[in-house]
Amino acid sequence: MKILVFVKQVPDTDDVRLDPRTGNLMRDGVQSIINPFDANGVEAALQLKAQCGGQVVAISMGPPQADDVLKKALAMGCDESVLISDRALGGADTLATGYPLAKAAEKIGDYDLIICGRHATDAETAQTGPIIAAFLGIPQVTLVDKLSVEDGFAICRRLLPDRYETVKVKLPALVTVCSEINTPRYPTPINIMKALKKPRAVWNAADLGCEPDMIGIPGSPSSNKKIFEPPKRMTETIFFQGDAEAVARAIADALEAEKII
Amino acid sequence: MAKEDYKGIWVFAEQENGVLSETTFELLAKSADLKEKLGGKDEITAVVLGDDAAAFASTLYSYGAEKVIAAEHANLGQYSARPYAEVLTALSEKYKPSIFLFPASPLGRDLAPRVMCQLRTGLTADAIDLDVDEDGVFVQTTPNFGGNILSHICIMEKRPQMVTVHPKVFSPISPIEGAAGELILEKPEVEADDCYILLETEKRVFEGKPIADCSVLVSGGRGIKSQADLDMLRELAALLGGELASSRPLVDNGWLPHEKQIGQSGTTTKPDFILNVAVSGSVQYLAGMQNAKCIMSINHVASAPIWDVSHYGAVMDYSKLIPALIAEIKARKGL
Repeated sequence: MKILVFVKQVPDTDDVRLDPRTGNLMRDGVQSIINPFDANGVEAALQLKAQCGGQVVAISMGPPQADDVLKKALAMGCDESVLISDRALGGADTLATGYPLAKAAEKIGDYDLIICGRHATDAETAQTGPIIAAFLGIPQVTLVDKLSVEDGFAICRRLLPDRYETVKVKLPALVTVCSEINTPRYPTPINIMKALKKPRAVWNAADLGCEPDMIGIPGSPSSNKKIFEPPKRMTETIFFQGDAEAVARAIADALEAEKII
Repeated sequence: MAKEDYKGIWVFAEQENGVLSETTFELLAKSADLKEKLGGKDEITAVVLGDDAAAFASTLYSYGAEKVIAAEHANLGQYSARPYAEVLTALSEKYKPSIFLFPASPLGRDLAPRVMCQLRTGLTADAIDLDVDEDGVFVQTTPNFGGNILSHICIMEKRPQMVTVHPKVFSPISPIEGAAGELILEKPEVEADDCYILLETEKRVFEGKPIADCSVLVSGGRGIKSQADLDMLRELAALLGGELASSRPLVDNGWLPHEKQIGQSGTTTKPDFILNVAVSGSVQYLAGMQNAKCIMSINHVASAPIWDVSHYGAVMDYSKLIPALIAEIKARKGL
């Protein structure tokens, strides 16, 4: 079985600010990590490989430093990695992101299952998975928290707000996974060493055969007109002071005044 | 086809098992506002798919739909992304709406990207506001980085301008009894999706009361150091007659299930009292609790955004304060 896992590099924090002078995001000093849900995707792929055998290819798109998340995926146990990197792909919206990713899946070929995280923690669109599936013309199952494979089908349990749905989907298919599906493993020193010797491809837009008007800013129907910090509300706060016991008494007084206790 | 040839505002009327989602009505209400801002010419159309879709028409009129397009086929009775996307794509190509709104529900977020991809247009994700700017351009506001940064997104040339909209940001109108509209009944050819078979549905059973229904909440944030500390907050919540909730990090790291998460990507709450412990207060979190009647916070960072919305608080580490507070409340309750 051949499993493709898409992973994205995201900032390791939500605490991102805008430069008051330029209005651009200040990324200095912010560490980058693998999108946590994508780490669940890698783990899910590795567990399936352990059961069914096969091969796991990790794919990411981004600037050269996005390679860090692929190193992590390899160190967790993926067999190969593909970095899609090209200035022409920059500034893409979700359509112009999903397109080259789908082209990469086509170029790799013969995949049985594609796994993505339920969404990325930076932009939170949750669109990339379904868009890749749409470009490839394959079915998708989103929000999966249990996953197994048998006889050419994936059995997926979807985690919805009020219910679970168990869906049988014919392979090849794409699934997006929730954090509830597993706990991602840590890379072991041996796997970190092994990762250095694994096949690692770097492809640009031409390698993927992308139509130039389908990528980057020209291929993006939607555009970001403005980024800004939300307006703040300013509530007068009564601050309790003193040591823990004194503050505890003051809080209890306030709780009594507010009729909470 | 020029973009000026695309007219009208469409709302995808989400229905499951014969029940229309609340967000459908919210989007119909917001459509009336957008229509006015766009000059009053755009018709508001609800699009509903199902095996008996026309049955929803009168309800949709009563919530503000001027027109209903009902696409009916036995194979649309149960939702599946590909047949639904095929039908919506074909309808959109036939009738050419300018704006197409979807609930940002699990179903809407599963479906809309496939339609957008087939139409090769733009889709703004999980908008928290919709507006028309001074140039008459339709603008969507979306949260990024957990809501710490907001964006204004526009789809300038491609049509329809597609958006999934966060639930509960707009209010539905009170339904108008006997409201009438125009029904367009479509009978598309739909093949069953043999590749996607729903085997089983199981209702989820939750521990404790849903946090949306609680009058008292104690919520832990990123600064909570251990699961033992979280148990301490759970004990405090029980003492106050409430439930434990949290901001996103403790859900992301698996300490609490998603249904305990306050915020835009979690649950919007409106308790009488909330105690935030070691919650810095990302915008998306604040959006999920800032309408609480009384907000108290404990955080050792004096500059944390949580103070912008807090009525009471203490700038200190929680780890000594919470045991002292539990002891104090127990003493006052005679426990």
